[in-house]
Amino acid sequence: MTERTFTEAAREALSDAMDADPTIFVVGEGAGERGGNFETTAGLYEKHGPVRLCDTPICERGFIGMCTGAAMTGTRPVVDFMFTDFILDGLGELINQTSKMQYMSNGRLKMPMVLRGCIGIGHSAATHHSGSYYPLFVHIPGFRVALPSNPADAKGLFATALRSEDPVFFMEHRHLLNLKGPVPEGEHRVPFGQAAVAREGTDATVVALTVMVHHALQIAEELSGEGVSLEIIDPRTVAPLDTETILESVRKTGRLLIVDETFMPCGIGAEISAHVTEHGFDELDAPIMRLNGAHVPTPYSPSLEQAVVPDRASIEQAVRELLAE
Amino acid sequence: MHGDRGERFELHRWLYRTMFTIRTVEERLARSFMAGLIHGACHTYVGEEAVATGVCAGLTDDDAVFSTHRGHGHALAKGVSPAALIAELYGRETGISHGRGGSMHLFAPEIGLMGTSGIVGPCILQAAGAGYSAKLLENGSIGVAFFGDGAVGNGAFHEGLNLAAIYDLPVLFVCENNLYATEVPFSYASRNPDVASRASGYGIAGIGVDGNDVLAVHEAATGAIRRARAGEGPTLIEARTYRTRPHAEGMSPTGVYRTEEEVAEWREKDPISRFRSRILSEGTVPESDLDRIESDVRAEVDEAEREAAAAPWPDGGTAPSHVYRETT
Ligand SMILES: Cc1ncc(C[n+]2csc(CCOP(=O)(O)OP(=O)(O)O)c2C)c(N)n1
Repeated sequence: MTERTFTEAAREALSDAMDADPTIFVVGEGAGERGGNFETTAGLYEKHGPVRLCDTPICERGFIGMCTGAAMTGTRPVVDFMFTDFILDGLGELINQTSKMQYMSNGRLKMPMVLRGCIGIGHSAATHHSGSYYPLFVHIPGFRVALPSNPADAKGLFATALRSEDPVFFMEHRHLLNLKGPVPEGEHRVPFGQAAVAREGTDATVVALTVMVHHALQIAEELSGEGVSLEIIDPRTVAPLDTETILESVRKTGRLLIVDETFMPCGIGAEISAHVTEHGFDELDAPIMRLNGAHVPTPYSPSLEQAVVPDRASIEQAVRELLAE
Repeated sequence: MHGDRGERFELHRWLYRTMFTIRTVEERLARSFMAGLIHGACHTYVGEEAVATGVCAGLTDDDAVFSTHRGHGHALAKGVSPAALIAELYGRETGISHGRGGSMHLFAPEIGLMGTSGIVGPCILQAAGAGYSAKLLENGSIGVAFFGDGAVGNGAFHEGLNLAAIYDLPVLFVCENNLYATEVPFSYASRNPDVASRASGYGIAGIGVDGNDVLAVHEAATGAIRRARAGEGPTLIEARTYRTRPHAEGMSPTGVYRTEEEVAEWREKDPISRFRSRILSEGTVPESDLDRIESDVRAEVDEAEREAAAAPWPDGGTAPSHVYRETT
């Protein structure tokens, strides 16, 4: 194990994969000589040159469509999209083309394409630079969606994404980019569809995503002083979603809270809740609870922004309500 | 003759005051950014003041301006006060969008500022939409899009210009070609360095102009506005200019992408000092008036900053309001 930041860990996975597979190329605004707006590709241009580290004009629809065609014809594109808000310009390409090309071709084509970049509220970046939108992609057949919450998973999930034959969203919460943690050296892959039990407990299950995992862990630590034992589950990928690990936890605790920064309607919490209700109804001792970001575009001012995103206080309150049920 | 002189006196004073206001506010904001008073990104317009100023001088409050991430200059030239702008960047209740938007989401539809944007491209399409409204309503107003060279390679540019062209919409497309998109040179992003020449591909008028010469910009815009109002369709104006500060505050002004010498060269072409010399050599406005404008603007911006820093924060409880207009 070595200490790495989240970004360094993901870059290690990219660098290793690019060494091993000469068909990988990265496109994005600033992904070339400048090494990526968030240092996602730092040092790689010097090694692999401008064809594999490709700076693009500001044409998200264009390069997503181009990469779709490239993935169909023998290469493995990585779209470095900076902020997920920007790729919304390419939604038609993604949903009508990228996601269903394999299906439409009756399995003769593959779509080994990775889309990676920032998500998340919390930097007064306002509503064009704070989006996460992953529930949208989970809704579409054909996509994989990885949401790493720590450096080791960033490396391991990105490594898996870079070898996947399916289109994968690898989404990095902006709050986590500089987070440091132990990362396995050398080859390290985290399989998709395998949740991590981030903390074991017996009184209630909290499923949390990306940065919310850290808030939930802190609350679990604090409440342990009061004799409350929380189990924290980090799904790590939401498509596929490891419902079995969640169900298993609920069988033990009987209580479930899902904490997700993205909007509540038709979200990940709704999906998990429906699944647990369908398959684990008898295990529940209380109604399932969801805690989400407010259903509003993200405002700029810190005082407004804080009001639309779950924080430790609101998680703690939700946990207490759940335990009181 | 006398009337013409009076008009020029007023115009030159307005142009000078507007450019100087933009510069003073931007330099103030740059310092505030360093001091931690601005919470999100801050893209300044220093060096490009002549473009917004020269174009907006020919607009009325009914003309609809659609802007970019680098929109403080457009907002000020369209008539937003320094106080309302600074307070918005400070995230305060007194800001032009009551703290909802910040730098990249400045809205003052009352005076035709239809928004700055965090996304590159949509302003071009929306300006075409304003042109469409004007055509349908026959109200004589026009739509104006400001955008950078970076937007030229975006699909919105192609689609917006073509739509405005085929419907003869009253629209000005103003490309502020400052040579770089973030740190990507336009020469890398395009095989054709001449933005104005693209107009012919859409069958519309295209004009290239020195974007650091406010009178040249104003003249080009005036002609384009007249044609638009006369039903003669859209114009693409390429204003060749330069930002002398970094892409965004907190970044480096130079780097892999451009040298200090290049920045210094462009500082020599500073639109404000150039215009000042021109005014003085032509004698359109007395020097004492220009000095007075400068001291007035400085005082106004200082006061605006003090007010912004003391203004209340928006109430977090109001965050969900305005998602919908109608309550159900
Ligand atoms: C759709 C989209 N993609 C990427 C970005 C990130 N971005 C913000 S500003 C910018 C460069 C814009 O360059 P240009 O249009 O030339 O304007 P300038 O900054 O030079 O004024 C980029 C790439 C964005 N805001 N929107």
